[in-house]
Amino acid sequence: MTPRRFLIGAASVLAVLFAAGLTLAWHPAIAPEPAPVRASFQRSQIERGAELAAIGDCAVCHTRPGGPAYAGGRAIPTPFGRVYSTNITPDEATGIGAWSEPAFRRAMRDGIGRDGRHLYPVLPYPHFTRATDDDIAALYAFAMSRTAVHEAKPSNLLGFPFNQRLLLAGWNLLFLRPGPWQPDPAQDAEWNRGAYLVEGVGHCGACHTPHNALGAERGEDRFAGGAAEGWYAPPLQAANPAPLPWTAAELAAYLRTGYSPQHGAAAGPMTPVTAELARVPEADIVAMATYIASLLPHQTEASLKPQPENGDANATALFAGACGSCHALDAPMTRNGAPPLTANTGLHERTPVSFIQVILHGIPWQEGRAAPYMPGFADTLTDAQIAELATYVRRRFGGQPAAITPDDVARVRSGGGT
Amino acid sequence: MKLNVNGQDHDVEAEPDTPLLYILRDDLGLHGAKFGCGLGQCGACTVMVDGKAVFSCLTPLASLEGRRVRTVEGLGTPEQPGALPLAFMEEQAAQCGYCIAGMIMRAQALLERTPHPSEAQIRDAMALNLCRCGTHMRILAAIRRAAASWTQASR
Repeated sequence: MTPRRFLIGAASVLAVLFAAGLTLAWHPAIAPEPAPVRASFQRSQIERGAELAAIGDCAVCHTRPGGPAYAGGRAIPTPFGRVYSTNITPDEATGIGAWSEPAFRRAMRDGIGRDGRHLYPVLPYPHFTRATDDDIAALYAFAMSRTAVHEAKPSNLLGFPFNQRLLLAGWNLLFLRPGPWQPDPAQDAEWNRGAYLVEGVGHCGACHTPHNALGAERGEDRFAGGAAEGWYAPPLQAANPAPLPWTAAELAAYLRTGYSPQHGAAAGPMTPVTAELARVPEADIVAMATYIASLLPHQTEASLKPQPENGDANATALFAGACGSCHALDAPMTRNGAPPLTANTGLHERTPVSFIQVILHGIPWQEGRAAPYMPGFADTLTDAQIAELATYVRRRFGGQPAAITPDDVARVRSGGGT
Repeated sequence: MKLNVNGQDHDVEAEPDTPLLYILRDDLGLHGAKFGCGLGQCGACTVMVDGKAVFSCLTPLASLEGRRVRTVEGLGTPEQPGALPLAFMEEQAAQCGYCIAGMIMRAQALLERTPHPSEAQIRDAMALNLCRCGTHMRILAAIRRAAASWTQASR
């Protein structure tokens, strides 16, 4: 082959590859349509959509703090920069009012917006793609029957190359397996129902599964423990560190109330999740709990006896003065049935991030809901004091010998995790 | 141990796990901060430590070495009240008064950091302090009034 012919050949191969790539990456816009009127949906369909939206916690990400529901604008921190959630109310200019049902379905299944642009997988479409057509239609009916809010979201703060949406075509090729959930015939209907909700709309793995360098869930480490907004999301499989085993019934109660008498209270990003799940029919929650419980370990009960004091008088005093009025063995809260610290899942996690977070920020009040509360100590205690206290509490009540340093606390305080 | 309260050092002899609230009330005779719940839920005991509002019922003495405590007694005198105590009087924000010292100290910490807060910032900051008489609207008005005339000297 002459050099010239080689060049022509190579160029044509490249051109064909480039064209194929573009074809793969390019998606047509779907023509805008006037927003459908509420009366065009069945009431039952809207109601089902509301339940699915609660299972998917859509409101948690798609509402900015103090802002109108589903109007977006909430900053979502990612390793690649800050992404703002979109307005999913039926406003035609700033929301999804102009989206037809096929456009909405394409977004859920393939991560492509109505205008043909790629959506960032912060929207967990690799999970939503598992939903059935009927459920996607119900979610569409629910979204389209919300009050339209005219509110544009701030621009994402993503550096090059992450601000190039075309690159997501490659990401999808690598990590997106589109299509509805396939039931496991070896399992019963309830388990399959739960698996469908957890793996699909519920997208539990988006936080509880570790992510790779490109931000995709690591399939081989499914539910092995991940991260969420500076908190650690514990494993939902054999590695779960809870000293007492979770039963399906207890998980179901925890998911609906944010509290388990055997394991403690939901905190951090899990609190709003449980607030949403409180509005979901019991049958769906029990199914999800059945599926998750089947993944969790069923070990025999561990001892709930605290480790002996190790003579750190300062840490002992900090614990007695700052924590003891609720968490001492004879404190009113403990006597009223709250689980002892030795039963708390968070203290047994090898990663101390969530425990440091809960000392810093506590568990905030939830308006209108009887739910666990804990004051935060970010302004009361210094990083060094929190490090000393956290080391003491984890060693004594969680059997975790690793020392927490003031730097660990400073990193969590600044939102960086450890 | 040396404890700095309102700019003055005190020699305090107490167990290291003693809550700051008990030291203030029982040892130093500063009765502004009140015992409400003892659990960090009501805010009646709120004082400032290093410029931040804290629940003194959950602040052990052991955590206060080298730090600066400020109580409502440190915000002026009955003859010359500070900006916030004055605004609380002018708005008649107290009914039984039990929560007020805590309210004032949390508001003081807010205005020192954010002299002209938005309504949302005021409500956000004050959400941790409860008033059982229900004078929250007057308390909010008092904070807005103090913010309107807040100057560096108000600190």
